[in-house]
Amino acid sequence: MNKPFDHSHAAHCETGVTSALLRHHQLDISEPMVFGLASGLAYAYLPMIKINSLPLISYRMPPRMIIKIFSRRVDGLTINFEKFRNPKDGLRRLNEKLDQGEVVGLQTSVFFLPYFPPDMRFHFNAHNLLIYGREGDTYQISDPVFSHVVEVREKDLQKARFAKGALAPKGMMYYLDSIPEKIDYEYLIPKAIRFTAKMNSRKNPLPISGVRGMHRVANKIKKLKNEDPRYARLFLGQIVRMQEEIGTGGAGFRYMFAAFLQEAGEILGNEELNEEAHAAMAIGDEWREFALLAARMNKQRGDQGFGDIADKLREVAGLEEGMYKRLVDIGK
Amino acid sequence: MKKNEVPQDKSHALAGETKTIYALDESGKVGATETSGWDVEDIVLDQALEELQRHAEDALVRAQAGKTSPLEFHMYKQRMDLPMLAQATGQFQWQVRRHFDPRRFAKLSAKKLNRYAEVLDLTVDVLKELPEKHE
Repeated sequence: MNKPFDHSHAAHCETGVTSALLRHHQLDISEPMVFGLASGLAYAYLPMIKINSLPLISYRMPPRMIIKIFSRRVDGLTINFEKFRNPKDGLRRLNEKLDQGEVVGLQTSVFFLPYFPPDMRFHFNAHNLLIYGREGDTYQISDPVFSHVVEVREKDLQKARFAKGALAPKGMMYYLDSIPEKIDYEYLIPKAIRFTAKMNSRKNPLPISGVRGMHRVANKIKKLKNEDPRYARLFLGQIVRMQEEIGTGGAGFRYMFAAFLQEAGEILGNEELNEEAHAAMAIGDEWREFALLAARMNKQRGDQGFGDIADKLREVAGLEEGMYKRLVDIGK
Repeated sequence: MKKNEVPQDKSHALAGETKTIYALDESGKVGATETSGWDVEDIVLDQALEELQRHAEDALVRAQAGKTSPLEFHMYKQRMDLPMLAQATGQFQWQVRRHFDPRRFAKLSAKKLNRYAEVLDLTVDVLKELPEKHE
């Protein structure tokens, strides 16, 4: 019953957890494929949500959405989610499932996990990890963003599961209920790609999401020269941190999307998708270039060059728009 | 980005851990590879940590002068800010702000103190104390 668990190092927690969970149940699927099929790629500028009094900028779908959309889209896949009001119930239920030999996914805070390097321990409540075993009060954890497995004591795990605040995990745990023998790629891939393309292109009327969101942030950057220099620096730093540090980052997600497009192209025998994969890689490179410009300016503490940085972002937005336009017609 | 161009800047924030990133190999295939970090990430992360540090030091000086309560210092030290702390403890921001008043803070009930201590991952004793210096 207890199949040994195969840890694999992923680029992002949520997609990593999902693909590891499925692979453990004999459904071989890569991390980028999960990301692509769940249409995980996105961009959102959310000035109404403040983190350390700076606006939130996201480069992918909100937490929990990837795993939820994925399980909804794939026929025959059921993932059970459980939340708990009482931490004791959450612990009991987790132990119950582990004793049955189940591998269990958890949503946790990062701050309370001692195995994270101190500089990375922020109050981010939507981290995902897998628990594959327990010895007494020590839990064996496969955290997809780490290259190796780790262990956590019950006390710390409970704190991490029941951390309070924005996106509070409320002890959320999840496990597979039923699993399909195979995935209908012919149907799902074009559907998922079209969804991503529509959501991020100008077809999406929301001014804060997708390509429109990027242009809005570019405007905001341009106006930073009139702001308090400290705020301007923090704002730019925040953009880059959201992009590169938290989760996998904006460029990282574009690279992962490229891996998905390439794999999709191979499955469907579509050479166009392979070309788009290279386009997505190039876009990822441009995002990193943008991050480099912003970080460099921050370090020099200059206030010249906001215009250049804004222009760079517009350039990236233009490239993405082009890609989405071509992808909308894929599979038609 | 090609696999051999992936930065290996040994980020101090990662403390020896590595991250996975997707990159191109020579044949043009996109695959997972490891990175020990990128300087750009360290620059912006340090900046964010410095900002929290600055707030914590500032709060410590004011707390030692009796102008604010130890709560404000510990909030920043544990990498929170007012909106986060208010949300985590289920209060309005003005309620938390009132507890920055040293006299009000001294009169807080054990229940309230426990709640702050829990979300800040401190003991109640530490929460009430001020260190000599912020490291």
